[in-house]
Amino acid sequence: MEGKDRKNNFAPGHNACPGCGAAIGVRQIMRAAGENIIVVSPTGCLETFSSPYGGSAWEVPWVHPLFENAPAVATGIKAALKHQGNEETRVLVIGGDGATYDIGMGSLSGMLEREDEILYICYDNEGYMNTGIQRSSATPYGAKTSTTPIGVCSFGESCRKKDLLEIARAHHIKYAASGTIAYPQDLMKKVKKGLATKGPAFIHLLTPCSLGWGIEPEATIEFSKLAVETALFPLVEYENGELVNIFIPKKIKPVDEYLKKQKRYTHLFSKENAGVLAEIQEMADANSRKYGFRQ
Amino acid sequence: MRNALIKKKEVMQGSIAVAEAVKSARPGVIAAYPITPQTYIIEHLATLIANGELKSRYVRADSEFSAASIVYGSVAAGERSYTASSSQGLLLMTEVIFNMAGTRLPVVITGVNRSISPPINIQNDHQDTMVLRDSGIIQLYVENIQEAVDTHIQIFKIAEDKEVLLPAMVCMDGFVISHTYEPVTIWKDEAVQEFLPPFSPVYKTDPQNPLTYGSLTDDDKVTEFKYMTNEALVKSKKKIIAVAREFQEIFGNHYGDLLQEYRTEDAEIILVAMGTVISTIKVAVDALRKNGKKVGVIKVRSYRPFPDEELRTALSKCRLAVVVDKSYSCSSGGILGSEIKACLYNQRGPSIINYIAGIGGREIFPETIKDMVVKSEKLAESGKIPDGSVFFDLNKQLLNNQLL
Ligand SMILES: Cc1ncc(C[n+]2csc(CCOP(=O)(O)OP(=O)(O)O)c2C)c(N)n1
Repeated sequence: MEGKDRKNNFAPGHNACPGCGAAIGVRQIMRAAGENIIVVSPTGCLETFSSPYGGSAWEVPWVHPLFENAPAVATGIKAALKHQGNEETRVLVIGGDGATYDIGMGSLSGMLEREDEILYICYDNEGYMNTGIQRSSATPYGAKTSTTPIGVCSFGESCRKKDLLEIARAHHIKYAASGTIAYPQDLMKKVKKGLATKGPAFIHLLTPCSLGWGIEPEATIEFSKLAVETALFPLVEYENGELVNIFIPKKIKPVDEYLKKQKRYTHLFSKENAGVLAEIQEMADANSRKYGFRQ
Repeated sequence: MRNALIKKKEVMQGSIAVAEAVKSARPGVIAAYPITPQTYIIEHLATLIANGELKSRYVRADSEFSAASIVYGSVAAGERSYTASSSQGLLLMTEVIFNMAGTRLPVVITGVNRSISPPINIQNDHQDTMVLRDSGIIQLYVENIQEAVDTHIQIFKIAEDKEVLLPAMVCMDGFVISHTYEPVTIWKDEAVQEFLPPFSPVYKTDPQNPLTYGSLTDDDKVTEFKYMTNEALVKSKKKIIAVAREFQEIFGNHYGDLLQEYRTEDAEIILVAMGTVISTIKVAVDALRKNGKKVGVIKVRSYRPFPDEELRTALSKCRLAVVVDKSYSCSSGGILGSEIKACLYNQRGPSIINYIAGIGGREIFPETIKDMVVKSEKLAESGKIPDGSVFFDLNKQLLNNQLL
């Protein structure tokens, strides 16, 4: 659009909480994504804070259909564009972890299996934040949420988080990567690659949530970084099935440094939960071994 | 003139004929997921595309939920789009169908009517499509294969009209229409194209003109949005009538505006129903007429929008209306029957008796209809009109069997 500053395709002034990791992430994504794009988002925090009627933050076409069908709607949009002979306009889905790991998993799998050029980005705040911080299957082991409360019979989330990137990769997609908001250049580069992929592409984006994780609003970037530095969230990139890039932190920090300052994990630092803490450290160690980090 | 428009006239299976009609409407995108008795339609469309006879993009969806979502997306992006389903598949689409209506996306869907599980059963009744009645979707019920063909051509034009912009469904009885063979006329593609111009959406997802779809909206505006969708459906009546008449003018066939009446002029008793059972009722009516009974039938062609005024007029002169429902709302009764009662309340209209019949494919014979008429008359004469709906053909012996 001539004469109009369209750099802010995701405009400021939306209703996200202060420090919202998802909002920071989407801003970085939309910077890299360009203007010739159609974005689909399922129901969730992003939809809620970005689309109040008459005050949409989206300066590109943006569609919010339902909670569980964004990948299928994106497929339909792509099919229409192809029928119109339009190969230029990109299609991007940005959906929460609940929409991705849980209720929309079937729809996502269908999208990843078909060969359409659609980039799916899961912004992962590790819970159903929009409805009041309930657990999702992305909620990490040991975390407290409103449906995994702490009690004499409960130490919080008792299941292990699914390995989403591996699930996506199992569809033989040509591009799969992880990213997080503390590394904006890395994320933007990955978004560009994902959008240029000839076929479906997938990015797992960790976006800390101050309310849900029990951290200060100004600390979301810090925790994004700590997740990487403790090896709990490795930054990796796969092209055509091959691991092509790993971000290797200079020194791997113990998981305590990441967990201790988050209110959702406070209970783990009591004597009876020492075993849970050790298990979480072992998950990080397994990542270090897998990607060759020096511990 | 009409002959010049005919591509072929032959004995065809209902599903194949419907697929040919959809083909002539040239949807840009088709998405589908198989379920009996819808399968032959979507298989034939896949074949037409494989043979290069139809240039649509065909997406083999991972579920009906996704199939509906895919065509939601493709209409949003400006393409004429089509899907079909039955029974459980339609239930799975329900959330998306509400979303299509509220977002004003004119997807066309064939509802090949089938009973809902349990007990699992693939035969026909109307429960599956009737459950969608509150969504805002247009629903036209058809009586035979030719009507199914012609209604599919009409319904794209109705749904895509700028004043309408609603999803629309042709409801056709599973097996009775989808799997049977009848002589059918298939119209030339050019003739259909002239009748049905390409889809030109008012809005679409265009990066040159970015719009937000599916905004979070507060209570100060939600009622008004819902009201507008409701109004669009009410106003679509005019378009349905206009399109039916235009179709008649060009192709010669007409199946009624919103209703179709048969031998109702002097009728004292009028049967009301939808779908293929209408043909059976017509046969029964003819036989009853021979015996001197003044009986007629009203086919509800457009169930949504609901033809309330039209029904009030059509039923104003008879003394007894017998509504035959192939669906019901648990504990409240036959759905069509209940709505007809509601629309005649406070009017000087006929007594109304509502039967629930034909569930799970149980056959309704002309004899069944005659039986209904005779029993209804007796009830009316003795002043014993039942308050609620009556399951007509219940097998009492089976109900008393402890094993059931
Ligand atoms: C079918 C359906 N079930 C449940 C909901 C309620 N709901 C809305 S948003 C949401 C949670 C979203 O979680 P997630 O995808 O992780 O995104 P977040 O809000 O955390 O950003 C839920 C459960 C819904 N809208 N639709």
